[in-house]
Amino acid sequence: MKEQKEKDPIAPEQYELRSPPPYEFSMNRRNFFGVLGSGLAITFTLGNLPGAALSGAETYNEDSVAAWIHINGEGKVTVYSGKAEVGQNIRTSLSQIVAEELHVPIDKITMVLGDTALTPYDRGTFGSRSIPYMGPQLRKAAATAREILLDMAASEWKADRASLFIEAGEIRQRASGKAINIGQLTKGKQLMKPVNDNVPVTPGDQWKVTGTSVPKVNGESFLTGKHKFTSDMALPDMLHGKMLRPPAYGATLLSADISAAKSMKGVTVVRDGDFIGVLAADLMVAGKALKAIKTEWKIPEHPSRDTIFEFLKAHAEKAEGSDNDSSRDIASGFDNAAVRESQTFYIDYIAHAPLEPRAGLAQWSGNKLTVWTGTQRPFGVQEDLAEVFNIPKENIRVIQPDTGSGYGGKHTGEAGIEAARLARDAGRPVKVVWTREEEFTWAYFRPAGVIEVKAAAASDGAVTTWEFQNYNSGGSGIETPYAVANKKIQFHPVASPLRQGSYRGLAATANVFARESVMNDLALQLNMDPLTFRLKNLKDERMKDVLEAAARKFNWGESKVAAGHGVGIACGSEKGGYVATCAEISTGDDGEVKVERVVVAFECGAIINPGHLENQIQGAVIQGLGGALFEYIDFKDGRILNPFFSKYRVPRFGDTPQLDVVMLNRKDIPSAGAGETPILGIAPAIRNAIVDATGKKLYTLPLIPKGLT
Amino acid sequence: MDLLINDKKYNVAAEPGESLLNVLRNRLDLTGSKYGCGEGSCGACTVLIDGTAARSCITPAGTTVGKKIITIEGVAKNGELHAVQKAFLRADAFQCAYCAPGMVMSAVSLLGKTASPSETQIKAAMQGNICRCGTYPRIMKAIQEAANI
Repeated sequence: MKEQKEKDPIAPEQYELRSPPPYEFSMNRRNFFGVLGSGLAITFTLGNLPGAALSGAETYNEDSVAAWIHINGEGKVTVYSGKAEVGQNIRTSLSQIVAEELHVPIDKITMVLGDTALTPYDRGTFGSRSIPYMGPQLRKAAATAREILLDMAASEWKADRASLFIEAGEIRQRASGKAINIGQLTKGKQLMKPVNDNVPVTPGDQWKVTGTSVPKVNGESFLTGKHKFTSDMALPDMLHGKMLRPPAYGATLLSADISAAKSMKGVTVVRDGDFIGVLAADLMVAGKALKAIKTEWKIPEHPSRDTIFEFLKAHAEKAEGSDNDSSRDIASGFDNAAVRESQTFYIDYIAHAPLEPRAGLAQWSGNKLTVWTGTQRPFGVQEDLAEVFNIPKENIRVIQPDTGSGYGGKHTGEAGIEAARLARDAGRPVKVVWTREEEFTWAYFRPAGVIEVKAAAASDGAVTTWEFQNYNSGGSGIETPYAVANKKIQFHPVASPLRQGSYRGLAATANVFARESVMNDLALQLNMDPLTFRLKNLKDERMKDVLEAAARKFNWGESKVAAGHGVGIACGSEKGGYVATCAEISTGDDGEVKVERVVVAFECGAIINPGHLENQIQGAVIQGLGGALFEYIDFKDGRILNPFFSKYRVPRFGDTPQLDVVMLNRKDIPSAGAGETPILGIAPAIRNAIVDATGKKLYTLPLIPKGLT
Repeated sequence: MDLLINDKKYNVAAEPGESLLNVLRNRLDLTGSKYGCGEGSCGACTVLIDGTAARSCITPAGTTVGKKIITIEGVAKNGELHAVQKAFLRADAFQCAYCAPGMVMSAVSLLGKTASPSETQIKAAMQGNICRCGTYPRIMKAIQEAANI
């Protein structure tokens, strides 16, 4: 992990990595044009492997960032990418990139995403990778197509190529006024060209389409209810499937009496060991049949929320981290420092709770399987299906309709796999849609964690010692951006008692919270302004820039804070993005903390779509409010106690503060993704604001699950 | 039972106690209303019953007989989007947009009763609709804009 991180600052981290399948194109040259019709196709992979799509059976490394662009006889442009649209609006931003380089109107572009039969392999949509990796690749592919089209027109017209230009989907000649639609140029031809890695692309300061706020390209279909999410889909003869779930984590089935369910009219029961599902054409009937199954379970002992932190400490594995010499002693630097902080932070499990629960629809045709499912990893689900059904993945097509969000919580394909297993026995298509309770219980959580920090600073405000031990949260965001010589930073993995995995920003939500809380408290001890203290210890100019931008907009240190109010500041950087957050809170008599005002400054290089970037930043902050203030998974003896929105509080309209976003546009820096990093600053900014208002130093996430006591 | 949905009469064979949401989605293929929680706490399933926003997931279909039900499929008229839908589009309000139909229905209900709601009134009326992507500021803007038309 360490080596990879050094090579690639935005490499996915532990919870995102899964063993990827060796890659093979599922579409070769012949069937490519067979499916798409004739025209011009641009293909490529990362590293520009020669003859990529032509050979049909090459193996590529897991980092392949591939896409195809096809231009048909009508000038319609179709882009094929294995990325998944889960609300980050990648369908829009990638369209913008192609429109920019190819000089075609954006409504002439269709993005085919997340379909294992039509798009090249992509290992998944996570880690804020679509814009920094897929973006530049698509830009080159579209630019390559543009140059080839110019060549073709020059040759057809026997014209000087320099006299030609491309605009609005046409090649035009200035002097003569001649024009030809790009579709007419490619009509009837079958041209397959590799991407030219050295093709000139449009520099940031000349962007006309990227860099503008193009609205969500298929927005209307959602607003009218026309868009079919997986959970909305239906096939002829389809059955609804419901799964039998254990009553608690780790429970094993002792006995199940399925006879009553089986005898119900129109009901099929599928049993495969502990896997029991019921099927009926009517969802209501399927629900009744499920209830009719009588079961006995063996429930093992299992940690509860009130013992989880002791459990994590006690079951920690060998540490990993940037400074892995656990014998090294940094204690003397700590003991002799002017000011010291020694704090332990406790981080609860929280749920992604995407509003569309997991859903899968499966259809077998002989030994061929098609599964529609809302996932961030369609190719990963294809691989999982191949494994569990022991069939070649060439026989499996996974299609991911634009999905009701993920936030890192849909890297898997459970509902699709369940539907496929049920459909195999039923001989008919099957849809499985998880209930909210299932989604809260059997999806996976953001890891819980314990974080121990010992830090010290000299009286001039220089941080001198930094020890940071993280148990189970993860390594993301664990490094400190502050210059400190004497440091020890370690992550201790734990076999989590609850199922855990990726979450927006990963462990950085926890690590940045702990770090920025400690930084705040050191500054207080030193009687230094927390902003000044941070700036003094930072070397990274991009981090300083966002801090100063946020502070300026917030009037940090300039305006008097109202009685009962408090202000806090925090910053962080992950995945090529930089965020600084200022928050003002007020406290009420009822123990409620109201977040009155938030300013977020964010910088992720050159901005592709300012409107959607602002939306992502606002959304991340509001989602982050939940994890900061009140979200937690309660569990006892392996049972999830609050698997409902009525018991698991998420941010609502009334929780929304006045929220100002400052976006720094660095056109000189390649664009990074923005879906995750803006979430990092809100929890510590609120925590530090509570300290400012009340003097209470809180060490938990969420900060005030039961109100401020 | 006979239901009047989007000005059209439907005869449906629903189970006793079956939710209106289930009837819409699984018997009539009106899937614009979404399942989000099944307990009336997320708003994804919001429809209008006699002009008032209601959570169809906890509304037994039988109780809506004789009432006028409008779903997201029925707010646009003659191919023209409702003013609220247009405002949402202009505000480019959404990320995943799974909550969008429910948000639109709650907003249509609000503006049907209060033509120019204050920010506090909007927040109160929309409090039952969850957007997990956190696009509340843009939804707020869209509703305010729709109210000013």
